[in-house]
Amino acid sequence: MSTVDLDAKIPNNVNLKDDKRLQRALETWLPGYQEWWADMGPSDFNTADVYLRTAVGVGKGGWAHFDYVKMPDYRWGIFLADPSGDQKIHFGDHAGDPVWSEVPGEMRGRLRRLIVTQADTEPASVEQQRMLGHTAPSLYDMRSLFQVNVEEGRHLWAMVYLLHSFFGSDGRDEAEALLQRRSGDPDSPRILQAFNNPIDSWMDFFCFTAFTDRDGKYQLAALAESGFDPLARTTQFMLTEEAYHLQTGENGVGRIIHRTAELLKAGKDPRAEGAIPMEIIQKFINFWSSASFDLFGGEDSTNASESFATGLKGRYREGDGIYSDPKALDQFYKLDIPDGDKMRTTEVPLRRAMNALLLDAYHTDCTRIAQRWQRDVEKFEIGANITLPCTKFNRRQGVYSEARFTPEGELISEAEWQKRHTDWLPTEADRAYVRSCMIKVHEPGKIANWIAPPARGVDDKPFEFEYVKLS
Amino acid sequence: MIQFQTQPSDYRHWQLTFDGAIARLDMRVQPEHPFRDGYELKLNSYDLGVDIELADAIQRIRFEHPEVRVVVLGSAAERVFCAGANISMLGASSHAFKVNFCKFTNETRLSIEDASQHSGIRFLAALNGTCAGGGYELAMACDEIFLIDDGNSAVSLPEVPLLGVLPGTGGLTRLVDKRKVRRDRADVFATLQEGLKGKKAKAWGLIDDTFPSSKFADRVAERARALADSMPQKADSGIALSRITAEIEGDTWRYQHVTVELDRDRRVARLTVHAPTTPQPSDGAGYLAAGDGSWALRCFRELDDALLHLRLEAENIGLVLLQTRGDIDAILAAERVLFEHRAHWLVNEILLQMARTLRRYELSARSFFALAGDGSCFAGSFLELALASDRIYALDDPSRPVEMAVGPLSGGLLPMSNGLSRLQSRFLADPDHAARLAAEQPRVSAAEADELGLVTVLGDEFDFEDDTRIAIEERASLSPDALTGMEASLRFAGPETCDSKIFGRLSAWQNWIFIRPNATGDSGALTRFGKPEPAHFDWRRT
Repeated sequence: MSTVDLDAKIPNNVNLKDDKRLQRALETWLPGYQEWWADMGPSDFNTADVYLRTAVGVGKGGWAHFDYVKMPDYRWGIFLADPSGDQKIHFGDHAGDPVWSEVPGEMRGRLRRLIVTQADTEPASVEQQRMLGHTAPSLYDMRSLFQVNVEEGRHLWAMVYLLHSFFGSDGRDEAEALLQRRSGDPDSPRILQAFNNPIDSWMDFFCFTAFTDRDGKYQLAALAESGFDPLARTTQFMLTEEAYHLQTGENGVGRIIHRTAELLKAGKDPRAEGAIPMEIIQKFINFWSSASFDLFGGEDSTNASESFATGLKGRYREGDGIYSDPKALDQFYKLDIPDGDKMRTTEVPLRRAMNALLLDAYHTDCTRIAQRWQRDVEKFEIGANITLPCTKFNRRQGVYSEARFTPEGELISEAEWQKRHTDWLPTEADRAYVRSCMIKVHEPGKIANWIAPPARGVDDKPFEFEYVKLS
Repeated sequence: MIQFQTQPSDYRHWQLTFDGAIARLDMRVQPEHPFRDGYELKLNSYDLGVDIELADAIQRIRFEHPEVRVVVLGSAAERVFCAGANISMLGASSHAFKVNFCKFTNETRLSIEDASQHSGIRFLAALNGTCAGGGYELAMACDEIFLIDDGNSAVSLPEVPLLGVLPGTGGLTRLVDKRKVRRDRADVFATLQEGLKGKKAKAWGLIDDTFPSSKFADRVAERARALADSMPQKADSGIALSRITAEIEGDTWRYQHVTVELDRDRRVARLTVHAPTTPQPSDGAGYLAAGDGSWALRCFRELDDALLHLRLEAENIGLVLLQTRGDIDAILAAERVLFEHRAHWLVNEILLQMARTLRRYELSARSFFALAGDGSCFAGSFLELALASDRIYALDDPSRPVEMAVGPLSGGLLPMSNGLSRLQSRFLADPDHAARLAAEQPRVSAAEADELGLVTVLGDEFDFEDDTRIAIEERASLSPDALTGMEASLRFAGPETCDSKIFGRLSAWQNWIFIRPNATGDSGALTRFGKPEPAHFDWRRT
């Protein structure tokens, strides 16, 4: 197992002290990063002591170390999972060849673009969420937010390490540009549109971590299959951290649903209690899940085909050997597409359908989560339902973006959509109402009325624990 | 038949709007309306249909809107300027179609540069997003290029690394010859699939400036305004261009002044152009009043249309026999007026149109023989057509006298793509002779024309018919590829210009690469683009 150098200026398990060139490059990048955090990180909470988990090693369990930390002093570092398996590329045209430890020249551009696109989402989400601390429903939730934020920051480090190590001066320029772009800035926006909208309520935050971060998980999982070994190992370790974010999201949305169900069961009107009505929760789920479907890209994509063929981006859990043909040639993916006012089925060469395949895996995962929420609601016997929309619903990208569909996936006319979309997606009034519920609760053990407390605390601490010491 | 004629109200892919001296031409390609079925025009990619509209728009700005001094060439699509020629379309097209598509798009770009150089119209490319391949080549045809600085948008020529072919619309030539980008940087740029963004693109001279998103529209508008103010005014209103149509009867296309008769069995076409038969305007105002009905404009627009149809719809026709009919005096009289009033904006435009059509003629991959037989009138611009041909056969028969005449336009108003007049290019060994002919403008018999070097084969009354018949049959039997290469090598003697290099390299390099297995073989890069399997190259270099 690799040794983690925790005392270095930049904690790492990549033997940074023996690579002076890289060490210098990263130490040069560090001040710019710190400045970015001060400017764009969680607003006004940089002096608070936050009970944070820090990575101290990459082995099972070893990386979870909890203590009070001021966020700017968080040990951002570079951690790669240990090498595993047979060190062979297991898909695409190079299947069976040894993995690459350097970037093959002809793949430099494509690989750099994949890494930069992924990297850009990490600081973007921190920027989107920077005001949320002010309206945290509890200190427990505030801690969760900050945990997510610092880890997104560390994920940026992981990607910047790859750019600095393997992409020469172009990589350095890209690493710099990651600190220059700003979420929502008209002149230098973040790359993906979903990361340019502010997240101004906790309802959005929990949906974002449940759905959008989960897209991140699937993108990272596809990159974790990469034939480029440093990328695979970097993303494998990021995935272990990402799991926490998804839990935060799933539990958060679940706790909101739970609270509303409790109130309904007690015969109370959620609106009168400053809580969020079930239909608005459903609309937020519809909105955020469909926006996240878009992040997978076009269902029929030559770009996705190239990334698979070149061994840079595999299928979900490709390495587990669950696919019969590692080259994915001579196979087809059945895709339902709109054709006038009907649907018809086409066959797309499997390689070009890699985005669709990854989206399917993601949708199955999300369905499971929606079912867990649904099972909780059913216990209250109030006749309410929580469902996940179909992948065709409300799309801006891909083959379904040209037509309109109900959340159940039924093709409808534009006129029908105009009549009914406010039943399915949050209106401005819905959003304003949700924002009005966001009242800060900064006392240990207390929680806002629109969300249930968590079933258990963090690191075996109770809910009442002072997770954030505000100065 | 392919319809090369269109008008703004029929445009599917472009928006043309006017605001005084500034016109905006915005690309907004409808993906679901390709020129032929079988592909989608995603991301403002273009095909022949898109380019026919662009060519039409440039023509209309020149003739119908002389008040325009600046054209802002932009995009009405979000975050994309133009992704270049549509790859699926290229992949599915025959070799001949690809070549002629590239040729046509080149001519359209050159017409932009021609308008900038000679019509007092400046073109600004406003790149609001992705600008790749043919998109950047289109931008380079403009006088100035502005790229949005959004941290994402780049200019690129990805043909070599992505498709295994070359930028087919003059991209490489314009990079080093027009924009004078250093060759080593051009080498890096042309192999960089993702291209270069704002600041670096500017530092390397690929663009003229880059502005942040929030200021982009304002800065472009300011620059357009400043440029418009710096250009002289021409006129307030122009003439309307009506649709050019041919009556089609089997294999005969009959226009007002031009007739084409195809003999598909013999692989020969007879192209006949007619001299004016009615009085022509006597000054600029007269030309304005005549609208698009004057002989000079009408005849050459018709010839232009006929040449496009010949290129794209008569693949098997290898030899075009050029004939002229009508009154020499009528041609020379009309062209004397054009010469005298060449400073008038409309007369200038008509002369430029004639020159472009002549260039389109000699840039067509067909053999051309001019037949100066009984009843012919090779004078002025019609003599230019003969000089643009590969050979001139003239009849020397005292009972059927044939006259030929050099006109006032042959002294340089109808330049070839190498920048020379046809006389200069023909008499490269004797520049004084070329100058004398242009100055003296002799009107001579066929035999005298032969003496002056204006005839290839002079045939007497006994031999002319036989000689020409044998020459025609012989020509039609030779390898079409070898002839195309030979003709292109012989037609443009003299210096190179950006224009001549663009066509020369397109004909030679790009067309060679297009048929090589590394591009279009079963595992070639162009064939495999977008397909699941990767390209495989034959690594041997020539």
